Amino acid sequence: MEQIGMAFLIGGLICLAVQLVIDLTPVTLTAGHVMVGLVTGGAVLSALGWYEPLVQLAGAGATVPLSGFGHALAQGAMRSVDERGLLGALSGGIEATAVGVATAVIFGYTMAVLFDPKPKR
Amino acid sequence: MAFSFEQWTPKVYRRFLQSMKPKRTIAKNALWAFFVGGLFCALGQGIHNFWRWQGLNAFDGAAATAAILVFIGAFLTGIGVYDQLGKHAGAGSLVPITGFANAVVASAMEFKREGYVFGVGAKMFTIAGPVIVYGCLSSVVIGLIYFLRMH
Repeated sequence: MEQIGMAFLIGGLICLAVQLVIDLTPVTLTAGHVMVGLVTGGAVLSALGWYEPLVQLAGAGATVPLSGFGHALAQGAMRSVDERGLLGALSGGIEATAVGVATAVIFGYTMAVLFDPKPKR
Repeated sequence: MAFSFEQWTPKVYRRFLQSMKPKRTIAKNALWAFFVGGLFCALGQGIHNFWRWQGLNAFDGAAATAAILVFIGAFLTGIGVYDQLGKHAGAGSLVPITGFANAVVASAMEFKREGYVFGVGAKMFTIAGPVIVYGCLSSVVIGLIYFLRMH
């Protein structure tokens, strides 16, 4: 229960911070910019060793936001380098996030075939 | 009330301008983002706990959780709920991995009429594509730097 509360708090705060960045920066940030920023930022923080403590603290509060996707990419790349050397640098990131990307493609395709866009209200 | 130009003193005009400006909703947006984003993360933690209880390790547990959340995000987008939620939640629906699924389904659905190859197949990556490109780039760069520091 405590874990779930912590995930709610930290995950919520990450979203709140991103919302403030969107609202307070003069340039228009689209969904794509926000997501690319989070993934890249999460990967860099993770490589510096600053993201793992947040995961220890918040669990899903840190792994569910897209910065956690970046964390998985970076950790996967570094772990694979340990196991396979230079080849691991190329394979590790994609391997670690393969489940997320594959499910996004599978379910994305299925839902797009099953449903039609709702008329704009 | 008769309209005359005399009433448009600078003071009145400023008040009129102020009343026409959109209300500052920054605090409200932030609160919505916090609650909706927090709920998705709490849901993720619940799913993660379930997988750990089923005997998956932390790494596989996180991957399985991501898969379930992607399904939830994709399904809610399909039935039209996610975009309604997103109007209020903003970053709260964008930041969690469900937002990634939403981006995939929304663009794929929108371009269905252009066919299943260049419509659904290509356009589903309108937003998700850049995420994968920059994610892949940063992971390889990080892997290379890590490799060079090891040797």
